[in-house]
Amino acid sequence: MFQHDRLSNEITLFQKIKNLDYILLISVILLSVLSVFVMYSTDGGEILFHTKNHFVKLAVFFPLMIFMAFFNIKFWHNFSYLIYFIVILLLIYVSFFGIKSSGSQRWMDLYLFVLQPSELMKVAIILCLAKYFHRIKIENVNSFTSITIVLSIIIIPIIFVISQPDLGTSILIALSGLIILWLGGMKIKYFIYSFFTFLISLPFIISFLKPYQKLRILTFLDPDRDPLGAGYQIIQSKIAIGSGGLNGKGFLKGTQSYLDFLPEKHTDFIFTLFSEEFGFIGSVGLLILYSIIIFRIVRIGSISRSNFARLFCFGYAFAIFIYIVVNLSMVLGLLPIVGSPLPIMSYGGSSMLATMIGFGIVLSAKINHKQMIA
Amino acid sequence: MIKSNSGIRKTDVINRRMFIIGAAKVVIFVGIVARLFSLQINENKKYLTLSDKNRIREWKLPPTRGNIVDYFGNVIAGNLKVYQLHIIPEQVENFNYLLVRLKNLLNLSDKRIARINKLKAELKPWDSIIVSENLSWSQFVKINNYLYDLVGVKPVMTISRNYPFNDVYTHVLGYVSQPNEQELLENEIIQERFVPGMKIGKLGLEKRLENHLIGTNAIQRYEVNAYGKRINQLEHQKGEQGINIRLTVDTEIQKACGELLNEKAGSISVMDIYTGDIIAMYSSPSYNPNLFLFGISQDEWQLIRNNPLKPLINKTLSGLYSPGSTIKPIVALSALENKVIDTKFKVKCTGKMELYGQTFHCWKEKGHGWVSLKNAMKQSCDTYFYEVARLLGVDRLNITAEKFGLGKKVLGDYFDNEKKGLFPNTKWKKNNLGKGWVLGETLITGIGQGYTQTTPLQLCMMTAQIANGGFAVKPKIIVDNNPISYEDAKQSMESGLFFDTDSEELLDKKLFKNQKNIKIVQEAMFASTNERFGTSYKSRIDDPKYQFAGKTGTAQVKRISKRERELDLELEQIPYKDRDHALYVAYGPYVNPRYALSIIVEHGGSGSKAAAPIAKKLFKLIIDRHDLRNKQSNFERITV
Repeated sequence: MFQHDRLSNEITLFQKIKNLDYILLISVILLSVLSVFVMYSTDGGEILFHTKNHFVKLAVFFPLMIFMAFFNIKFWHNFSYLIYFIVILLLIYVSFFGIKSSGSQRWMDLYLFVLQPSELMKVAIILCLAKYFHRIKIENVNSFTSITIVLSIIIIPIIFVISQPDLGTSILIALSGLIILWLGGMKIKYFIYSFFTFLISLPFIISFLKPYQKLRILTFLDPDRDPLGAGYQIIQSKIAIGSGGLNGKGFLKGTQSYLDFLPEKHTDFIFTLFSEEFGFIGSVGLLILYSIIIFRIVRIGSISRSNFARLFCFGYAFAIFIYIVVNLSMVLGLLPIVGSPLPIMSYGGSSMLATMIGFGIVLSAKINHKQMIA
Repeated sequence: MIKSNSGIRKTDVINRRMFIIGAAKVVIFVGIVARLFSLQINENKKYLTLSDKNRIREWKLPPTRGNIVDYFGNVIAGNLKVYQLHIIPEQVENFNYLLVRLKNLLNLSDKRIARINKLKAELKPWDSIIVSENLSWSQFVKINNYLYDLVGVKPVMTISRNYPFNDVYTHVLGYVSQPNEQELLENEIIQERFVPGMKIGKLGLEKRLENHLIGTNAIQRYEVNAYGKRINQLEHQKGEQGINIRLTVDTEIQKACGELLNEKAGSISVMDIYTGDIIAMYSSPSYNPNLFLFGISQDEWQLIRNNPLKPLINKTLSGLYSPGSTIKPIVALSALENKVIDTKFKVKCTGKMELYGQTFHCWKEKGHGWVSLKNAMKQSCDTYFYEVARLLGVDRLNITAEKFGLGKKVLGDYFDNEKKGLFPNTKWKKNNLGKGWVLGETLITGIGQGYTQTTPLQLCMMTAQIANGGFAVKPKIIVDNNPISYEDAKQSMESGLFFDTDSEELLDKKLFKNQKNIKIVQEAMFASTNERFGTSYKSRIDDPKYQFAGKTGTAQVKRISKRERELDLELEQIPYKDRDHALYVAYGPYVNPRYALSIIVEHGGSGSKAAAPIAKKLFKLIIDRHDLRNKQSNFERITV
């Protein structure tokens, strides 16, 4: 068997199915089912627009994930740069011809659904950097050329995304990129230096922020300064979560969302509704489910033979983690409000598509974990 | 091989660094769980309250006022079902169309329409606008017929204050109307229970007893959404009606007072001489308090306000009059008590009295000749009382008068508009007018003219305290928690003690030094009414059951000039404003007295002609109702 694998890199379809990671798969299915129920609750206990669309998207993207898993990890390695460039092109396209909505230009109309390329970039940047660090010699990681290249890889998409403007997504892209730099062996002191540089230049950066972004920071520092205006979302979110208590108010009984006190309950504040209805126990349960997913991805990374797969899995696990942390911190009032969806749970096609593609590549890494990449 | 080595080294680096990240992830997740714990477990109560505050909104309904009943339990201030029309703006499809329809159906004035539009702009869309506070039944039916066409209109049945006896009790009860800003600020209870459309007492007992009468709001709790729209009703909390209050007054007698003073300006007060219960207290003319409930029209208001007989003034408590000859019993008593005179003391009346070059006239120009106390009182001889007052002095007279309640408020706190009147003495003049007392002033004080000012209720109480044998009574209009029966009150008084219902103690409330003197005055008052030549002889009742004793009074409103005295004009020939006030105080039945009264007819002329005949008609009714009243003393106590 071992011999056979080594000699021919081909695996039969049956083996591929057998090699899928079922713990990850079941967790994703559980999360998907849960998300449909929560979406049903945001629609006020009826199957309306959001529930239907969310379900349809899951029904399309989940098989897509499985389909992607059946590609050899080599395929993903070979096309990493191309994928990255395609997404960059999409970002450029959006910045000229994108659809505008509530002051920002992030979307492109694909007739069937509206795509947000910046969401795809969250995965593409990991792919691209994973390939770069897979190929570069460990000795050259900290060379000037290599640092210049990787920083360009991160900064180029961020420039497009931040100009949309979309601060939340750009931060997430930056963090996803930086984690690969960290894993790839970039010197710790660089991270420390840049961190302090960032701190020092923070006031300068803030002065460049748009007025609404500054307002969000001020509101974060003191939500009560304008409880019916800028602070409204975060105050209502905290009330909803806090009033959920240990057991929650019960499915479809979250008064804060049912009576429309919660803004953005389908998207960024989906956790608020969940937490109000299912309480502390439900929330911790959801966190455990996410932890299982993250742990499984890390595990797949650590059994992978190729550093490309390893880097991608570790990086993607961290990205999922960071999405969750940013979203939860925001709704719990620990961070200023930046638009960031909760993976799978939040309504939004592009985010789900990107997440599913990521899971697909991870599963591909699992199926082909013995695959070596030159 | 080199490549492979490099690959392995890289893998090591990746794994090592992943481990650090992994540790960081655990720490951060624990932090998030801690935050969840703090919000959902530690601060759950706080956020639960906030969430309820978000979703539950209370609608207060106007409280139902307590009833006010008379001594016999007849409702004199009650509540009536009224039909109202409300609009809920958020439910209206086309507001202007609706207003046009309503205008036609209810004949609303343009002013009213403008007011509704103003309210619509001020109120929240889910607050109802009261279009009409009091729809007639036919209007209500009409609206209900067209309801299909009037989207957003809500016919409502609610409760409003009602005064079934119209103008009979206006000056006692006052009336209710919508509170103004100041009233809201001053009274916290009103402020707390205020809802649009609520009415509060504006005058009289309605105002004074506001906090007892007001009642509590019924509360409807609704679940509302973030936009304030009602989603569903959670509960309906019933309000409690305000406390019912029972007064000492007798509606039959009160009504009779109103009829007797018909179209005259004046006042009648009737009091139980033992318990101090006010049986009737009527100020004429009165006005209908029901007019104020839904906003009085400008025309009606002007009619009341500009009436020359001044219906807005509560004459019983705020009207200040010279007592005239009705003061004579007190002058006589004071002189007897101070041993200035005795029953044998006589004065020769020649029709006038000269003092330091000034002439003081008796009402009878020819004079009364030699008169004793009894005759002087009977015929109301002024000369006799000039002489007695001169001998007594104003300061001693003042002490007796104040003892009997003159110059002090009778009902104390109950009525804002009660005046305390004035009984002068030398010190008062010095302090207030800065001049020394003149003896001539003592003389005219002795016949109830000059500085003396009394309210009709004071005269009534003064008479009551003479009638009961010279004991202090505590006048009251509200039946208190320990109503004392008439017999008990009388008994305790005659034993020389007085039962004070406030302190629940027996107090010595003797107002005399020697009770014989009271008896002398009583006899003189009896003679005045029941013996020939008595000033109120014509108004007497011979039947001992109703027989009463009294004293007439005629109070000058201006100085009579010499020319006028010579002309001796008939009442009709004098301009209304210059005519004398007619007064009469009396008590009865004489043998076993029970009630005292005072009557004042403004500009009515002489007391014997204008006031005393009213007493004759009234006494029959008062005494006839005595037994009924006695039976009521065990009446179920509904009191403050």
